[in-house]
Amino acid sequence: MTKKIKNLNLNFGPQHPAAHGVLRLILELDGEVVEKADPHIGLLHRGTEKLIENKTYMQAVPYFDRLDYVAPMNQEHAFALAIEKILGIDVPIRAQYIRVMFCEIGRILSHILNVTTQALDVGALTPSLWGFEERETLMTFYERASGSRLHANYFRAGGVHQDLPVGLERDIAKFCETFPKVINDLENLLTDNRIFKQRNVDIGIVTKDDALDYSFSGVMIRGSGVPWDLRKSQPYDCYDQLEFKIPIGKNGDCYDRYLCRIEEMKESVYIIKQCLAKMEKGPIKTFDGKISPPSKKEIKQSMEALIHHFKLFTEGYRVPEDEIYTAVEAPKGEFGVYLISDGSSKPYKCKIRAPGFSHLQSMDYLIKGHMLADVPAVLGSLDIVFGEVDR
Amino acid sequence: MKNLTDLEKKINSELTTKINKTKIKHNQIYIEIDKEDLIDVLLFVKTNKDTKFRQLIDITVVDYPDEVQRFKIVYLLLSHEFNQRMILSYFINEKEVISSITSIFPAANWMEREVFDMYGVNFKDHPDLRRILTDYGFEGHPLRKDFPLTGHIESRYSEEQKKVINEPVKLEQNYRNFDYESPWEGTKYIKEQVNTDDKKN
Repeated sequence: MTKKIKNLNLNFGPQHPAAHGVLRLILELDGEVVEKADPHIGLLHRGTEKLIENKTYMQAVPYFDRLDYVAPMNQEHAFALAIEKILGIDVPIRAQYIRVMFCEIGRILSHILNVTTQALDVGALTPSLWGFEERETLMTFYERASGSRLHANYFRAGGVHQDLPVGLERDIAKFCETFPKVINDLENLLTDNRIFKQRNVDIGIVTKDDALDYSFSGVMIRGSGVPWDLRKSQPYDCYDQLEFKIPIGKNGDCYDRYLCRIEEMKESVYIIKQCLAKMEKGPIKTFDGKISPPSKKEIKQSMEALIHHFKLFTEGYRVPEDEIYTAVEAPKGEFGVYLISDGSSKPYKCKIRAPGFSHLQSMDYLIKGHMLADVPAVLGSLDIVFGEVDR
Repeated sequence: MKNLTDLEKKINSELTTKINKTKIKHNQIYIEIDKEDLIDVLLFVKTNKDTKFRQLIDITVVDYPDEVQRFKIVYLLLSHEFNQRMILSYFINEKEVISSITSIFPAANWMEREVFDMYGVNFKDHPDLRRILTDYGFEGHPLRKDFPLTGHIESRYSEEQKKVINEPVKLEQNYRNFDYESPWEGTKYIKEQVNTDDKKN
């Protein structure tokens, strides 16, 4: 006599520590093998795009911090670049170095979080304790430059909000000396670790063609051996003047993506060092009074500066009619802003292209045929942050 | 194609009648087509050896509520081989149904679901057209220009009913949208006057 067995439907999340936020994943299981995965997203949807349409360009910047809240400034960068391209303004070289430096700090912030929590998901506790100590240091740098540890609101169209405080450059340089040792320590714990390899090698393999079809970007596509990095292929700000390598993987599995992230952190440290060496004193935002607010001193002395200040913080600057797509290489992949301006001081439409959205979409393709225990490992290596997936 | 002008020529000569307008700006190529030609154009730019736009970056919609053809559907494409970006667009009416491109680009699945959710544009032949970002049982399409910023429904936990309930939004003060757009560059009527005076002289 044969007995008919029904597949088991399992609800993974929305309150599950390995879901990296508020993901509700509905899994169809045949025994312990996953047959189908249906991610339900949107539990963190805040209507960012709608809100941006109702704010001036300057007021819209903080919303970008709240997308991928692990690496806030990388998002601001995409928005700032989009406005700059439409307005056709140049960014002073010091501001470019500051922005690139903080973007790389953001990359390290994001990769530490991802690598260590991925290790945590597969059973290693120590890396996260060591990694988060470094993240704390990096967030202090954020705080000293912008005034807040996470939601920086630091980048502006035409530069950055304010210059770096005295001593920050020295401290970042010091960090660059000590941090490689921490990466080595993490690698000692994980790279050759038998359990870590058993959990990650040959799990969640992405082929080159599928990586293109599923519109992967960032580490997800480089892990599969496609040498594609917007910092190299479509350089923005001063990336073309910096030297760095693009690590790529070979097998496209979770383990290769982990290795890529570790190597990228090392490259980021190298980029930060170069930025610090090349940075010279100078202006940090454009001088155009119609776009960047005047200094406090000027407001006290000049009537025109006072008018500019008032107009900038009520009406905001106007951006001529245009349509543009700009993308940056955020830690998680290609983060893009599709901006339509209508000549007023508010964006008519601002579509945010988040890398995590297309990565999470492929969950069904990645996990089909794997065991239930592989779900956290694959999810961890996708590097999902719900701020940007749900927007 | 190595550069964008060659690409523009190539696309115009190969697809001739299917292309309404091409434009190169910001180092990207903007192409306007008709709704019916979408699949043909996409298949061409994806597979042709001189274009190879093999990655679909995003699909989105721009809402112009005052126009007859209200929605502008936008496809952002990327070619790794030639390092180029393309912005493909066409206009449709509010009620029109457009063809899904999930068979060409699997990544379009969620993107089209998002467009459906946010703008209420319907897709033909989509495998699984459900809402994606908004709540279960949500009504309306939030990114349409006529959808209010504050929404229609607010939810709270009701102590009496011991569950989360939905109620119409009640605001102590209405959402205020200040018009700051007083002139930076002098008022229009003065400018017009100056211009006409110039002509007279």
